[in-house]
Amino acid sequence: MPPAANQTNDLSWMIGGPQGSGVDSSANVFARACAAGGLHVFGKREFYSNIMGEHSYFALRAHTKLVRSHIDAVNVLATFEAETLFRHAREVTDDGAIVYDPSLAKTRLADVPTIENRLRTELQTYLISHGVGETLDDVLAASKQRGVALVPIPFKELLEQVADEFHIDQLSKISRVVNMLAIGASFGLLDYDFAMMRAALEDVFRAKAKIVEMNAAGARKAYDIARTLVPGFRYRLEKVPRTEPRLFLTGSQATALGKLYGGMRFQTYYPITPASDESEFLEENEILDLNGHGLTPDAAAPAKEKGASILVVQTEDEIAAVTMATGAALTGARSATATSGPGFSLMMEGIGWASINEVPLVITLYQRAGPSTGMPTRHEQGDLRFALHAGHGESPRIVLASGDFDECIRDGFLAFNYAERYQMPVIHLVDKALANSYATIAPPDLSDLRIDRGSLALANNGYSNDNPYKRFDLGNGPVSPRALLGQEGTVFWNTGDEHDELGHITEDPGLRNAMMEKRFAKLDLAAREIPSEAKVTYFGPKDATTVIVSWGSTKGALLDALDRLWAEGAKIGYLHVRLINPFPVEEVRAFLAKAKRRIGVEMNFGAQLAGVVREQTGTEMTHFILKYNGRPMSNTELYDAINAVSRGKAEKRTVLTRGA
Amino acid sequence: MALEQAMKPADFATEVHNDWCPGCGDFGILRTIQMALAELRMEPHRVTIVSGIGCSAKTIHYIKTYGVHTLHGRALPYATGVKLANPQLKVLCLSGDGDGLGIGGGHFVNAGRRNLDMLYIIFDNGVYGLTKGQAAPTLKLGVQTKSLAHPNINDAVNPIWLALAAGATWVGRGYSYDIKHLVSLIKQGIEHKGYAFLDVLQPCPTYNDINTKEWYGGEDRKETNNGRPLPRVYKLEGEGFDPVVHDPPEIEKKVTQALEKALEWGDRIPIGVFFKNEHVPTFEERIVQRVPGYLENPPALQPIAGPQGEPRTDLTRLIQRLTFKGA
Repeated sequence: MPPAANQTNDLSWMIGGPQGSGVDSSANVFARACAAGGLHVFGKREFYSNIMGEHSYFALRAHTKLVRSHIDAVNVLATFEAETLFRHAREVTDDGAIVYDPSLAKTRLADVPTIENRLRTELQTYLISHGVGETLDDVLAASKQRGVALVPIPFKELLEQVADEFHIDQLSKISRVVNMLAIGASFGLLDYDFAMMRAALEDVFRAKAKIVEMNAAGARKAYDIARTLVPGFRYRLEKVPRTEPRLFLTGSQATALGKLYGGMRFQTYYPITPASDESEFLEENEILDLNGHGLTPDAAAPAKEKGASILVVQTEDEIAAVTMATGAALTGARSATATSGPGFSLMMEGIGWASINEVPLVITLYQRAGPSTGMPTRHEQGDLRFALHAGHGESPRIVLASGDFDECIRDGFLAFNYAERYQMPVIHLVDKALANSYATIAPPDLSDLRIDRGSLALANNGYSNDNPYKRFDLGNGPVSPRALLGQEGTVFWNTGDEHDELGHITEDPGLRNAMMEKRFAKLDLAAREIPSEAKVTYFGPKDATTVIVSWGSTKGALLDALDRLWAEGAKIGYLHVRLINPFPVEEVRAFLAKAKRRIGVEMNFGAQLAGVVREQTGTEMTHFILKYNGRPMSNTELYDAINAVSRGKAEKRTVLTRGA
Repeated sequence: MALEQAMKPADFATEVHNDWCPGCGDFGILRTIQMALAELRMEPHRVTIVSGIGCSAKTIHYIKTYGVHTLHGRALPYATGVKLANPQLKVLCLSGDGDGLGIGGGHFVNAGRRNLDMLYIIFDNGVYGLTKGQAAPTLKLGVQTKSLAHPNINDAVNPIWLALAAGATWVGRGYSYDIKHLVSLIKQGIEHKGYAFLDVLQPCPTYNDINTKEWYGGEDRKETNNGRPLPRVYKLEGEGFDPVVHDPPEIEKKVTQALEKALEWGDRIPIGVFFKNEHVPTFEERIVQRVPGYLENPPALQPIAGPQGEPRTDLTRLIQRLTFKGA
C-alpha cells in the first residue's frame, strides 16, 4: 500500500496534564502559534471541579478554514505526565504521534490514583486484549503496534539545560517550561515554522522577556529532537497568507462584548462555574470608551461622556444578584446578571418580580450539567425547559439561545433591546461548551445593530395629581411608557403583588385580567416584531427530506458534520432555533412541513426543544440524537449518527457517548 | 437636592387606602418618614424607598416618592442596585424584623460590608403580622405571644449587635410612639455618610400582646407616689452617651459601649444613636478609586446610544486586546 499523502493544515491536537500545571496556558500558546501562521483554531477545554491535581486536557483543531467544533480522533497527543497517556493514547489515530516523557515508562496504571475505577477496569481489559502489561510502556507499545509514532522527549534533561543556560538554581522554578517543551516537540513533528511559536510566547508573556527566552530556548530543543526523530510525519502545519485580523476569544468573552456593545452598564454575579468568567472579564475591562458611532472614534464627544464604565458587583448570593440587577434596571441602566444552573435556581422569585413589574432585566444563563451540583465543569443543554418556566405563576419572558460566538455577540446585544422594547426579563442561554471554548473568528460586522430603548416616559410630561403618570397604563396598547427612578414628574410604584395602573396593590378581578392580558400581549407583540432571521436559521437544501432541529452550541458540530454530508450529496437540512420564547411557530412549522425524517439533536436526556416544537407546532420528531454524558458532541460522532438516521439505519433514539 | 420652599408631610402622602390594623406601630413610622422627608425638603422624585414583604413593606404605597415594594427578605439588594446604578438618588430601605433578619439575614450582613450611603429601617415587632402572628427573629426565647401554640423555642437575634458586627457605620434605635425623637433619628440616618441602620420598636397590637404600647410605656409599673407610668424606653442622649467615633483609634471603645448598651432590655430599653463612624470609606468612594467618573457618570446616566440608536460603546480597545496580530 502506498504511504498516505501528507495532511497539511487539518490537525487535531491534544495536550493533557494535572490541573494547576499550566495545561491551559500551554494550549493558549499552541493556539496562538497556529493563529500567528494564519490558521483557524478551535479549542475545547475539559477539566474537573478541582483546583489542583485532577486530570485536565485541551483538544485543539487547526485548519485553514473556520473550525467550529472538535473531532474525536487525536493526531498528536502531547504530555509530560502519565495519566494523560493512560486516558487518551487510544484516541490517537494510527498515523498519529505521541509526545511523552520516557522516564515515566515504568509507571503502572495502579500508580495513578486519579483514574476512576470504571475507566481503570476498561483500560485493564484493553491492555489484556493487546496481550500487554499495565505499565505506560505497555500502553505505548500497544499504540506503536497500530503505527503510532512515539516521540520520547527527555523533559528533565532539557529542563536542566535551560536552567544551566539561564543560571536558574532550582529546577522547580522553571517547572512550567515543560509545557512549552511538549508544544515545541509538537511543532517540530508538524514541521511548523518555529517563529510562530516564538511570536505566540511573546504575545502570551508580553513584557517578561526572560520568560519568553527561557521557554523559547527549551521549546526549540524539543522541536529539534522531535523533527529528527520523526522526519516525515504525515501531519503538517504551514503558514497561510492572512489578510484580515482575527479575534481569538472564548464564548464568555464574546458574550461580554455583545452585552457591552449593547450598552450594559451594570452587572451582578455570584461566583459559579462556568458563568464567572464573563463577569471577571468585564471587571478587568470596567473602564469603557465612548464614541459617536459605535466603532468610529469621535474626538468631539463631550468630556463628561468620556467617563464611561460598567459597574460589576459581586454579590452575596444569586438572589442578591438578580434583585440587585433589577434595582439597577429600574434606574434606566442596562443591567444584567450572569449565572449557571444552581444560581439560576435561586433567581426564580426575582425573575417573577421583574416580569410582573415589567422590568427590562437580562439574565445570561451559562448551562452546565445538572441537576443539583451535577457536573459543574461539564457540558449540557439541560435548562431550556427551566428557562421557559422558571418561577411560580405565569410570567412572560423572552428566551434566546446562542449557537456560536457570533450569535453570543449579537444575542448579548439584542437581549437588552428585547428587554427594553417588551419590558420583561430576557434569559439568554449560553452553554459551557461555548463559554469555555477558544476559537479564532473574523471581527464581527455589527454595523447593522441599533440600540432600541423601547417606549420611555418623558420627565414632567404634563402629569399632575389629576392626571398622574401611570407606570402600567392600560390605555395605549400592552407596552406602557417606562419612567426611570429619579426622573422628575413620573413618580411610580412597583410591587410584587398584582397592581393597578399606578403600581399599587390590587386584588380586583377585573384589573387582574387586564394586567395579565397586558403582560402576555407584549409576548405576542415580540413574536410579531422580531424578524425571522433573528428567530431561526435554516442551513442546507430547501427540499431536504431529512431536517435536523437543534439549538445552542451543537450548531458548530452540526455544521462541520453537515459540510461533509453535503459534500457527499446528502439532502439534509438543519433548522437552528435561536429564539425559544416567544416560539417561532410559523417558521418552524414551515421548515418542517415537508421533512419525512425530523431529527432532534440536543445535549440533554429529554429532547427538550423537540418537546417544545411538538407543543407549539404539533410536529413530532421522528428521530433523536441526544447526549448527556457531560461532554460536547463531536462533529465526527454526529456525522456517524446523522448518516445512520438518513440511511434509515438508526433507532428512534441515538445516544452519543464519546468524550473523555 | 433640597428644595427652596418648605414641604409638608402631606406632600409625601398618597391617596391609597391604608389597611394596617388600628393602633399599629407602623403608622408612627410612616408619619415620621413623611415628616423627616419634609423637614429635609427632599424632592419626592429624588427619593426611592424600597421595601420587602409584610405589613412594613406596604409603607411605600402610602408615601409619594418612588416606591419599590419587592420580595420577602430582598429589600436590601434591590435598594443596593438602585443606589449603585444611580448614587445621586436618596435611597431608603424598609423591612420588618422577619423580613430583614430572618429570610433576609444574609443581605443584612453583607450590606454592612459595603457601607453604601443609605438608610435601612427595620420595623421591629417580634412577630410575622401579615401571616397571622408567628414568632419573628427578635422575639425572645420562651415568650409566648397570643397566636403561638407554644412559647418561642428560638432565641432572639440582637439587631444592634448584628448591625455592628456586620459593619454598619451608623446604628440607631427608635420607638414608633416617640414621633419627635424618631423623626430626628430618621433625619440623622438619611444624612449619615454611609450605611445607616435604624431599628424601630413598633408594637403589633394584633399579635404581640407582650411588647405592647402599654408595656413599652411602663403602664404596668406605675410610680407609687403619683401613679405615673415608668416608661421602659429611655433616650441614650439623655444620659450623655456619645456614640460618635471622633478619631479612628476610638472605634474599639465606641463599639464596646454600643454593644453594652444594646444588651439592655426589660426594665430599661435604650433608644437613640448607638454608634456613628464616618471614617470608613463608603462603597461609592471605593468604586471611585477604581472608576474615577463613577459619581458624575453612574450607570443610570451614561449615554449608550446616538440619536438613531447608534451604539456609543467603542469596543476598539477591547477588540484589539482580543485580536492576535501574529508574526
